[in-house]
Amino acid sequence: MSENDTPVTHTLSVLVLNEPGVLARVAALFARRGFNIESLAVGPTEHADISRITLVANVDQVNLEQLTKQLNKLVEVIKIVELDPGSVRRELLLVKVRATAEIRSQVLEIVQLFRAKTVDASTDAITIEATGGPDKIEALLRMLEPYGIKELVQSGMVAVGRGARSITDRSGRSDKSRTGR
Amino acid sequence: MVETQSAQPPADAASSAQGTEMTGSQALVTALEQVGVEVIFGIPGGAILPAYDPLFDSSVRHILTRHEQGAGHAAQGYAMATGKVGVCMATSGPGATNLVTPIADAYMDSVPIVAITGQVGSAAIGTDAFQEADIRGITMPITKHNFLITHAADIPRAIVEAFHIASTGRPGPVLVDITKDALQAMTTYQWPEEIDLPGYHPVTKPHTKQIKEAAKLIRAAQRPTLYIGGGVIKANAAWELRQLMQLTKIPAVTTLMARGAIDEGHELYMGMPGMHGDVAAVGALQRSDLLITIGARFDDRVTGKLDSFAPDAKVIHADIDPAEISKNRIADVPIVGDAKEVISALIDVLNDEPMPDYSAWTSYLQGLRSKYPTGYDEPEDGTLSPQYVIERIGEIAGPDAYYAAGVGQHQMWAAHYLPLSKPGHWLNSGGLGTMGYCVPAAMGAKMGRPDAVVWGIDGDGCFQMTNQELATCTVEQIPIKIAVINNEVLGMVRQWQSLFYNQRYSNTDLHSWRVPDFVKLADAMGAVGLRAESKEEVDDVINQAMAINDRPVVVEFVVAKDAMVWPMVAAGTSNDDIKIARGLAPQWEEEIL
Repeated sequence: MSENDTPVTHTLSVLVLNEPGVLARVAALFARRGFNIESLAVGPTEHADISRITLVANVDQVNLEQLTKQLNKLVEVIKIVELDPGSVRRELLLVKVRATAEIRSQVLEIVQLFRAKTVDASTDAITIEATGGPDKIEALLRMLEPYGIKELVQSGMVAVGRGARSITDRSGRSDKSRTGR
Repeated sequence: MVETQSAQPPADAASSAQGTEMTGSQALVTALEQVGVEVIFGIPGGAILPAYDPLFDSSVRHILTRHEQGAGHAAQGYAMATGKVGVCMATSGPGATNLVTPIADAYMDSVPIVAITGQVGSAAIGTDAFQEADIRGITMPITKHNFLITHAADIPRAIVEAFHIASTGRPGPVLVDITKDALQAMTTYQWPEEIDLPGYHPVTKPHTKQIKEAAKLIRAAQRPTLYIGGGVIKANAAWELRQLMQLTKIPAVTTLMARGAIDEGHELYMGMPGMHGDVAAVGALQRSDLLITIGARFDDRVTGKLDSFAPDAKVIHADIDPAEISKNRIADVPIVGDAKEVISALIDVLNDEPMPDYSAWTSYLQGLRSKYPTGYDEPEDGTLSPQYVIERIGEIAGPDAYYAAGVGQHQMWAAHYLPLSKPGHWLNSGGLGTMGYCVPAAMGAKMGRPDAVVWGIDGDGCFQMTNQELATCTVEQIPIKIAVINNEVLGMVRQWQSLFYNQRYSNTDLHSWRVPDFVKLADAMGAVGLRAESKEEVDDVINQAMAINDRPVVVEFVVAKDAMVWPMVAAGTSNDDIKIARGLAPQWEEEIL
């Protein structure tokens, strides 16, 4: 396989108009065109009329190009920027772990190690809140797993580029104002 | 970040409406007048009913169709024949869902239409109310854009934006769904001063650097081919294309959607490529070393097996939709832009110095064209040949007529044997392959071109899907002419059964020998019904049909059922394996250069 057809994880930030139905349109586009999305998170931005979708996809170069071009065709999509791997990327994890009296201190040690938080506790379980990049979250879960995970919920990833510049200053990926291709 | 552009200047009649108190329905009709709508095809019903009241007094003509699908295809036919936006209207629920097929068809073939649908009251949305269907959700993947409007004040802007989106960039269908309470509420009419769509900026002007790169490849090529698609028709670029051909002497092929972009008699024209394409056109792609692709999208019906398509060719791909470029075939030189501007820019840069000599390549293709002309044999049993019928209609009606076709064998024969030499005169369902397209599309074309002759070439299967619009044509005095090529079977499907399913004709026999009696059917709907069953009768019935201009005419041609469409590239095989008749392949192995 050449470099171009090896699937790689890409993080895209998509600025969209904050209008009803936009998320449905984006999700439907992925389903219809057969793009596999690992994670999708949507929320408000510094502009009231614009929302930001953070999208993680494991695709090759050809599919990444199709995906961004098809997204750009949606009238509500204003801009698409691919964030480089060094960007600040965070997920939120809430996990309920079995923690009876005998093992509770061990579990709490892991919580401290990962700079996570205990947000709820009962006689035989505690609920842990953690934020971090995918690697940290995965490592934490690996450590907690032997104690018995009773319930787990995780947010989609949100990400922001490093440095002073904002996404609105940067030229987009297959940006609509670009005329070359 | 937000760019704006001016909305169309208000028409005089409607501009006085600015700032006037009116209902949402009146605002809708006023806005439609103001964007210049001449005709709407539609059917009223509960949720859209408020809109039909002011429409009754409007300058906009409404054609009451017999089925919403007919309204949608008629809007398409009008758009194809005129280049303007076609408009259809339906009520909520089933009215709206009946529009789904023509909307999907318009999306595939990039036809600019606006569909306006009524929706249940906004308070009832989501309650499974009577005649409620989430038509915006349903049509999301088959529209260029769609709107759900719940406030009367938003109606004029939605209409202006819908027409702008439908007609600019890559044309396509836009749906505007309006709730009944929005139609009934009072509002102050506000025509938007400017169009404010921050996420919509179609690129029409090609990048100079890319044009220069393209010119470089063209000058370096030995076997270049212009691969011309429907975008050239939509961009109204046929004249520029002919200039480019004259300058470069590069041979050209036109896809099914681009038939008419080049005069059939042009010495550099190699015909239509694809599954049922001309041998020379298929050869012009397969043996090429450079495809100059303009407004075409490497559809599977053109490429055949993709990895063996035009194996030696580099690709210049110009399209107004960036997403089409490198979708199926990676482009060496991508160009985003309007076909007309791209071709003009290419002419400008190629004008500088003399063109290379491609005559060896051209004569090779001309050789293929004369050696393997697309033709047909008369049926051995003495029955009428469908190809002959279509050829005679074309010869008698001529290239000035507009031709609509259904989908199937008759469509392919029409594409081959009609005199399609004028852009926009050929209407068919290319991408979606919608049986039933013909009659309503012909009706729409005739509404748009009332002084022209409009022929529909339909099959007996297709005709039975939408022929009720003949009643519409009679009542509304839209005198179209429909040829029903009756082979009594679903011909194209049967052809596949003949070739690939051991002649097991499962459910393809329509038994349409006198059931229905097409002549009586035409008569029942107020049209003139004619029939020909032998070669001797053909010219006579066509001439009779040509002489009738006050009513629709249906001419049934009872033809051979075993006739097949050749050439053919079987589905999933390489274009190199094209057959000119059953088991008969052309000889490719000839030195070109």
